[in-house]
Amino acid sequence: MATLKVPIAVEDHVQGPETADVTLVEYGDYECPYCGQAYLIVQQVQKHFGKRLRLVFRNFPLSEMHPAAEAAAEVAEFAGVQGKFWEMHDKLYENQERLGEVLYLELAEKLKLSTTALHQALEQRTFEARVRADFKGGVRSGVNGTPTFFINGHRHDGSFDFETLISAIHQAMGTAKSV
Amino acid sequence: MAQSSASNVTPIHSGGILPSGAVAPNFTLHVTPDQTLTLSDLLGRPVILAFYPADWSPVCGDQMALYNEILPEFRKFGAELLGVSVDGAWCHDAFAQNRHLHFPLLADFEPKGAVARQYGAYRAADGVCERALFVLDKNGMIAWSYCSPVAVNPGADGILQALEDLPK
Repeated sequence: MATLKVPIAVEDHVQGPETADVTLVEYGDYECPYCGQAYLIVQQVQKHFGKRLRLVFRNFPLSEMHPAAEAAAEVAEFAGVQGKFWEMHDKLYENQERLGEVLYLELAEKLKLSTTALHQALEQRTFEARVRADFKGGVRSGVNGTPTFFINGHRHDGSFDFETLISAIHQAMGTAKSV
Repeated sequence: MAQSSASNVTPIHSGGILPSGAVAPNFTLHVTPDQTLTLSDLLGRPVILAFYPADWSPVCGDQMALYNEILPEFRKFGAELLGVSVDGAWCHDAFAQNRHLHFPLLADFEPKGAVARQYGAYRAADGVCERALFVLDKNGMIAWSYCSPVAVNPGADGILQALEDLPK
């Protein structure tokens, strides 16, 4: 079974406490429609488990298939260094059908981020290396498409509908307690 | 490489895919409607053979699309990636164009699945290839092989590890 090879680190984008019973890692692509569906489901899952769950999001843009995915990932990383990763992540998924520089600048303005700095970061590919590092780590961990989830470090090969995800997480919680 | 012919439909290996240490059976298959590719022409560099059930899986990031994204990582090892399914060359052509694939898809089409059978990677009941991966060393020996449950895209971690483990 595929397992997460890159441990959760300070550079990661995390929601939820470190002491949570279960860590859910998502490798996602902002242009992937399945990730768009998963975005809403993961929010429900987070609501369901509250502080018992920690969520980590990592980039896995399938650029050949989704030409806007890489830049969108860089936009989220740009917001991330200014403490607004999740706000940008959410807004990108909520506006998935409008990905492009017009949207990015509009969102930056909404989040009170410098549009000039964002434009520059995209132009100079400032966050490309960061996004590639996520991608490469994902490949090494057996990410096999988007979205790919890891529950406590084990790749979740089942479907990502709400019921399946929560039952898999419950199962991991059971395992966590007995070990 | 063994000079076993692709036209030999009899499975030379039953009960699982060819293991590491075996000689990779040579073959010649259509890579486009008017061009063929012969495995032994690639001697001298590692080859990744990815057998998969069918073109047009209805998901984002299906196995071939994923490998397409990872191609630069494979090329760092000088490795050549070949996708193989029983779909015909015209089907592969349309699929490759649609997904912007930058590596060859081989048509194990006539006699159907003959090469897959030689590698022990044919699902006779379904009439398609297994989701089976082979990493061949530069001498055409199988260095690593893996058969994934047909519904599970195996990803690329095993391939990269096998490439890394090849003698330099």
